[in-house]
Amino acid sequence: MLAYTIRRLLMLIPVLIGMSLITFSIIHLIPGNPARVILGDQATATAVANLEEQLGLNEPFLIQYGQYMLGLLQGDLGTSIRTNTAISGDIWPYLAATFELTIFAMVFAVIVGVNAGIISAWKQNSWFDYTAMVIALVGVSMPIFWLGLMQQWVFAQELGWLPAFGRENPRNPIESITHFNLLDALIHGQLDQWWTSFKHLILPGIALGTIPMAIIARMTRSSMLEVLRSDYIRTIEAKGSSTLSVIYRHGFKNAVIPVLTVVGLQTGTLLGGAILTETIFSWPGIGRYIYEAIGNRDYPVIQSGILVIATMFVFINLIVDLLYSYIDPRIKY
Amino acid sequence: MRKKSLWLIIMSLTLVLFLAACGDNNETGGEADNNNNAADNDGNNDAAVNDGNDDGNNNDGNEAPAAAEDQTLIFARGGDSTSLDFASVTDGETSRVTLQIYESLLKFNQDSFEVEPGLAHDWDISDDGLTYTFYLREGVKFHDGTDFNADAVLTNFNRWSDPDHEFAFIDEGYNYAVYGNQFGGFQGDEDHVIDEINVLDDYTIEFVLKEPFGAFIQNMGMSYFAITSPAALEEYGADIQENPVGTGPFQFVSWDRDDRIVLDKFEDYWNEGYPKLDRVIFQVIPDNSARLTALRSGEIDIMDGLNPDDYEAIANESGLQVFERETNNIGYLGFNTDKEPFDDPLVRQAMHHAVDKETLIGLLYAGLAEPAKNPLPPAYLGYNDDIEPYEYDPERAQELLAEAGFEDGFEFDLWTMPVARPYMPDPSRAAEVLQENFAAVGLTANIVTMEWATYLDEIETGAQDVFMLGWSGTNGDSDYFLGNLLSTPSIPTSNQTFYSNSEVDDLLTQARHAVEESDREQYYQEALELIHEDSPMITLVHSIPVLAGSDRVQNYVPHLSTSEPLTEVELSE
Repeated sequence: MLAYTIRRLLMLIPVLIGMSLITFSIIHLIPGNPARVILGDQATATAVANLEEQLGLNEPFLIQYGQYMLGLLQGDLGTSIRTNTAISGDIWPYLAATFELTIFAMVFAVIVGVNAGIISAWKQNSWFDYTAMVIALVGVSMPIFWLGLMQQWVFAQELGWLPAFGRENPRNPIESITHFNLLDALIHGQLDQWWTSFKHLILPGIALGTIPMAIIARMTRSSMLEVLRSDYIRTIEAKGSSTLSVIYRHGFKNAVIPVLTVVGLQTGTLLGGAILTETIFSWPGIGRYIYEAIGNRDYPVIQSGILVIATMFVFINLIVDLLYSYIDPRIKY
Repeated sequence: MRKKSLWLIIMSLTLVLFLAACGDNNETGGEADNNNNAADNDGNNDAAVNDGNDDGNNNDGNEAPAAAEDQTLIFARGGDSTSLDFASVTDGETSRVTLQIYESLLKFNQDSFEVEPGLAHDWDISDDGLTYTFYLREGVKFHDGTDFNADAVLTNFNRWSDPDHEFAFIDEGYNYAVYGNQFGGFQGDEDHVIDEINVLDDYTIEFVLKEPFGAFIQNMGMSYFAITSPAALEEYGADIQENPVGTGPFQFVSWDRDDRIVLDKFEDYWNEGYPKLDRVIFQVIPDNSARLTALRSGEIDIMDGLNPDDYEAIANESGLQVFERETNNIGYLGFNTDKEPFDDPLVRQAMHHAVDKETLIGLLYAGLAEPAKNPLPPAYLGYNDDIEPYEYDPERAQELLAEAGFEDGFEFDLWTMPVARPYMPDPSRAAEVLQENFAAVGLTANIVTMEWATYLDEIETGAQDVFMLGWSGTNGDSDYFLGNLLSTPSIPTSNQTFYSNSEVDDLLTQARHAVEESDREQYYQEALELIHEDSPMITLVHSIPVLAGSDRVQNYVPHLSTSEPLTEVELSE
């Protein structure tokens, strides 16, 4: 197990180097002069030339990449062109905001998705099964921006139940410590603030969690169906165990591996896929950070932002793999 | 069994939280609904009408009751500021905020580019037009408590003009391109127009120019040339862009990037009784419809970037009002005058006659634009109202084409911007409309588009036939439009029609150096006549940007520069 973990960790190195090379190359292959984009359509040629020089855009590609990697090894993610500040110093509040949103979305997706999947499998071909699977199908195909706008329209504008944007009430913000608002509110002992933050999470969390929820529900259902048909379940049933025990304890435990894979993959996807949700709900997360950077041709931020997300993705996959062997001891490495 | 109960607990908890969330009121008052005073919904921008009888709207007793005693204004916009150092960046989202924190020696009138006293209460210009003396206000304090005086002005001008100045921070990525553009370069440059700056006493400062320079007073009103506290420059160094300290009505509190900037009332503001607001929050809400939802649900007070299509609905919605900005831009279709057949003025005039600007405005701007006959917005000095516009007249167009030898028409590429701009909200649809206009006179336009950065790069190389672009004003000076768009020295950086007419160049140069306003006006009007005759571009529209707000917002006057001080704005009950 330990050897496997170490081997997996070492394998990350070439993966991450590859990632960095790909992001670095892609954004340098995009046509158009970044200095001109940064300065806008009313800039003078001298200003453009000066900025190019200042950004080192005149250097050969490999030198630029080399300098970037050297910096990375020293924990330097580069300096944002737009804000002129160190990315490593700026990135945490964005990451925390995205983590908070992603965790909420994932908890929502797992709780609703897993249970809907289990019940659908248990009550196969019932009205619940059909309804849940239709919802799952719609959920997978639902454009996030459309869902988000509809939610805002209904729950914020028409009903006035939930806020339409942001992480907190701007008139009464939470003092940041960890940048996880729910946690910060608890640390300050402000329960009303905690509640406000929670309400801000609901709409974007559901918008973001809907697709994974649907995928998890479908995966759980099919995985559970397979397990429920197997002999040992029949044996346990014959022994007179309660239905809940059969389903959750014996059934789901054996159906969980593929579900876990999907959960892992979806979590990774959410980290990067939060851009739309974060834009619609004005959520100042890493997706927005990169999105703004793309608009401003802020090369260093695009590179480092994507790299950070890719790293997270790779680590989540690693954790999922390690969890397999923990949950199912038959999986040996 | 333990697993079972765990699941049950989690599931019921979720359900409880969910129901609770739905049952609660939102925390921001929600006063925008049910406000049925049908009396005033004319949607005028000077709607100082206080429709007194909306009591009982703010009774949900939550943590932030939005009553008039809470003078916190939330201004929502699509993007964040890039920096809070006004001199080193050019974007409107930055100056919108810095204008609240900082002040220049002069400022612009509430609804025009006419200059008014700012930090200088008066000024003299010597007869030869070379010496400008500014008399500064006494008793003005910076937000850090230090005194504003002539030395502070000198420090700031040196900071921008001298790349080696201790506060220039060139190595940290600051660049004062606007200073260079507006004053002809930097210290030591041949064309730098400021010869020397002399501090005569604590509250008098003199600028000596190398040659008369008509735009000087206008420049001094620009938000780019506002005064920062020298003590703060000393204290924060290159971090000044995140710790702005000026003399303006509001002082900086905090900045969460891509989220919001918070400013508080400056209690020691020299203009007593102002500002009226206690706090201003500039909130980023990138999505247009989300911003409108937030306005309708009462979470914000003013929103920028109202979709023209929503104008009517908002103007007629109770509790809301719309604000129109005066137009300050030109959207045009430029010809590459170096290329055949567009080097022939007859062809250009013919194509100008072929375009139906009114229909374009009706289709794409929801009427919020006016057809342009000059490449200069109407409020500008020298705008030539005597010019007869190229009327929409396909027959005349065909006659002119025949005269130029193209009775059978020709084919060309119509370069279309890939992004929406204030002067061109939907470029690809505009291109289709124009394509039809041209087809009607026998010309085949092939719509070409590419990525924005490439587009801007490529039109500098002259690869285009006919291209779509526009220009927005920043300082209210006519030279900023004409000099940049149509003078020979600006080829190819901002003059991408490659239009070059030595008579026009002479007139523009004379206008730049004339000090008397009437002289400048004369020169610009003459230049515009020549330009009209040559028709290097089809002047399409001057667009009118619109904003929306809660009707609690009083005295908000949007300025045509896209940034306005909120000194007099107030929130009513």
